[in-house]
Amino acid sequence: MSSPVATGRRHFLAISLSASGALLLGLRWAHADPAPAGLPPELLGDDLTELGPFLRIERDNRIVIGARGCEVGQGVMTSLPMLIADELDVDWSQVRVVQLPYGYIETDNGPSNKYGHHGSVGDSSIADDWKQLREAGATARWLLVQAAARDWNLPPEQLRTESGQVIAPDGRKLTYGALARSAASITPPDQPVKLKTPQQFRIIGKPTRTADARDIVIGGSHFGIDEYAADALVVVIARCPHLDGTLDSFDDRETRRVAGVKDVIAMPGPKPDEPFSGPLAAGVAVLAENTWAALQGREKLKVTWKPGPWSKESSGALAVVAHALLDGADSGVSVRNDGNFAAARKQARQTIEARYEMPFLAHATMEPPAALIEIKQDGARLVASLQDPDGASEVIARLTGLARKDIEIRLIRGGGGFGRRLENDYVAEAVIVAKAAGKRVKLMWTREDDLAHDFYRPFGVHAMAATLDRKKHVTGWSHRCAATPRNYRDASLKGKPVYIDCLEPDDFPAGLVANLDKTFYSVTSGMPRGSSRAPLHTFHAFAVQSFIDEIAVATKQDAVKLRLDLLGEPRQIPYQGHGGPTFDTSRLANVLKTCAEKIGWGTRRNDGHGIGIACHFTSGGYAAHAFEVSVEGRDLRIHRAVCVADVGRVVNPLGVEAQIMGGTIDGISTALDLAITVKGGQVQQHNFPEYPLLRMAQAPRSVEVEVVESTAEPSGAGNMGVPSAAPALANAVYAATTVRVRKLPLMAELMRML
Amino acid sequence: MSNPPEHAAQPAKHPPARLPAPLPVSINGKPYFHEGDPAMPLLWFLRDILRLTGTKYGCGIGACGACTVLLDGKATRSCTTTMQAAANHKITTIEGLATNALHPVQQAWIEEDVVQCGYCQAGQIMAAVDLLQRKPKPNDDDIAGIDNLCRCGTYPRIRRAIQRAAELIQGAKK
Repeated sequence: MSSPVATGRRHFLAISLSASGALLLGLRWAHADPAPAGLPPELLGDDLTELGPFLRIERDNRIVIGARGCEVGQGVMTSLPMLIADELDVDWSQVRVVQLPYGYIETDNGPSNKYGHHGSVGDSSIADDWKQLREAGATARWLLVQAAARDWNLPPEQLRTESGQVIAPDGRKLTYGALARSAASITPPDQPVKLKTPQQFRIIGKPTRTADARDIVIGGSHFGIDEYAADALVVVIARCPHLDGTLDSFDDRETRRVAGVKDVIAMPGPKPDEPFSGPLAAGVAVLAENTWAALQGREKLKVTWKPGPWSKESSGALAVVAHALLDGADSGVSVRNDGNFAAARKQARQTIEARYEMPFLAHATMEPPAALIEIKQDGARLVASLQDPDGASEVIARLTGLARKDIEIRLIRGGGGFGRRLENDYVAEAVIVAKAAGKRVKLMWTREDDLAHDFYRPFGVHAMAATLDRKKHVTGWSHRCAATPRNYRDASLKGKPVYIDCLEPDDFPAGLVANLDKTFYSVTSGMPRGSSRAPLHTFHAFAVQSFIDEIAVATKQDAVKLRLDLLGEPRQIPYQGHGGPTFDTSRLANVLKTCAEKIGWGTRRNDGHGIGIACHFTSGGYAAHAFEVSVEGRDLRIHRAVCVADVGRVVNPLGVEAQIMGGTIDGISTALDLAITVKGGQVQQHNFPEYPLLRMAQAPRSVEVEVVESTAEPSGAGNMGVPSAAPALANAVYAATTVRVRKLPLMAELMRML
Repeated sequence: MSNPPEHAAQPAKHPPARLPAPLPVSINGKPYFHEGDPAMPLLWFLRDILRLTGTKYGCGIGACGACTVLLDGKATRSCTTTMQAAANHKITTIEGLATNALHPVQQAWIEEDVVQCGYCQAGQIMAAVDLLQRKPKPNDDDIAGIDNLCRCGTYPRIRRAIQRAAELIQGAKK
């Protein structure tokens, strides 16, 4: 490195960012150690001046903004830097975005991160960063203005900024690039600087294209799976197909004869009674010079497995158990109990009941799990597509005994996440193999590995009951759910209620119906369970929003009006789940009404097309879906797809539209044909032919997305496009065919019933 | 780990005399020889040997299209194309699509902001290039003939981008 870089680092300033202790400490760390490890080389150049952890300004006035967080397609590499750029007052065209590394640091208060929050979970990025990152940009702008004021000997209040320049009252201009060095020597403000008012935003709220799109369309963008190292062996693992099964014996003689195969290593599996903390299955790892040799070597292994304790488990049997629990005398676990549902039932003029069955689901990220890892005596280096780098760092530390400060993680674009990468089982596998082999390794999963060894969205059956009075008002609501609990062997959910991520106590219509009963029953299963895209919400919204439709049909009420009647007066209802503390009935009513208008709800049709609608509140945002469909033979056609969403203030309209559009198609894809089933204690799906994601020919030609204007705090848009899609689709199928599908996936059930 | 990808295989001038017979293949206009297992899929030759990682692995059985390349101009799944089958053909990967400027399909992909996670997009772009060569003015059904999977659900924007690319190509011809 040449000396100007070192000078630049000495100018690395302790900028006071009021909201974030982590950021402040991160900068102190940078002071203490003049050579921060792991900074991407793009950030270090002779002509760069650093203004805080997120920002480098080049002399030619190019602005480099570091993006924190894990980009898995949700657009944070664009939306988060937009927050900094707007407050900094630069043109987006001047900005280059680079991914920041994982910035683990140790402080007097324990582990921290010099860039602040990093994970990608539950749509939290925009909500968390809204203030913090804007403050980072505004503070840098403040420093640049001070520098210009000093240069011109003018009071800073008289100066303004525009397009990366400071402008004096007489029209003189200085670029940020020219001011950066001087700004870096100014003492930062004690108080948080004033942020822009929304009227002053020039980038926030403007349609902005994906920051690194050019790299992606020329094939230059690296995903975790694309990282290679000359000395790394490629690893594939033959994993035990039986849930919690074990390795009995193996013969690797043929494997070792395959040209390029270097080693074969037996891998222990999880212990059936302990939380998942490492690999999901016992296995035999094949290490080779390249992927093809490793795959060929794996093919040639002769392995015998011992089936585990779940060898009798099947999806059919799980459904029988779930229904038996719902029919039986066991009182289950009370999730919420308002008023007296039993009494309401006795007094009811009419009671309506229905059950809905939800399958296990896999994540099937287009980029399967992969990890490149090097473990040495004094440290480890990992490159992988992750959603929880903290968890990955902890796993490596636990399995190697290394201190977390000695574990370097490079974050990289992930080919989809959907919650799969919140688990670090594949990182653990890579560590175990690398340690055993004493070599750097590149672990590869095939699609077959991915579908058979996942943390699945839970399976379950919802038993719904509603009581109505003479005027057809809903007087009581019972939602009993028998499911494979999400918290199974998940240490992170220790102490949380058993129904977590299966039933939400405060979800619609809680607080809106006087007599409400929500009860949960545990179905025992050996299938690993985990997070997914709006897992809780996709799991129960199908039952709730299908059932409302059934009530409307059974009582000859309008399905939109029934929902609006239940929502009632505009008000805040307490909501303790993610996205709370309250849920605004008027915002849900608004997206529902807008969606109904857009699809032409209420117009009589005579073309055999059916329209269905549904709405849901997720992670702080509100969404309604409507579909127009027809069923001809074995062909379900989606003629129109509408989604209206309220995500609060929109940072990037193009990004939000993409998330809602993609979420809607994900919802359709999952509802139509996707299920993971288990038989004999083994997952039955192997590759895409058995797990048929939606293709373009089946997808609606467009998704008409409307994002309502809002000045509420921003919320993420990645999750809320999914939950109401499936029930809206089933409701549309009913409208078109009068066949009510109560079991997903929809197509198999519809074809059985037609 | 910041090792730059090392290009293990350089364009070979003389095929080394060794069995099995080296297989000649042209990748993005450069001649290469493959000396290993003739059954090795082209995908792994591109990724593991040449480090052309723009072509992605998604399923290994030709079902998802993430590995799509052009073989003599025709969209082909590289995960089920052996080196034996690729030998003596001209392969174009996503890295070889842009010459001096971006290919109109790449340009349209940026303009329509198609990318979400981005993983399947190289394959989608190669399939679109093939389609537009065959059908310069594709209709909705022609576009729906592209059966590459996108897990993020970018299909509506892919449709728009293909129409936009068709315009760009038509415009360039005028």
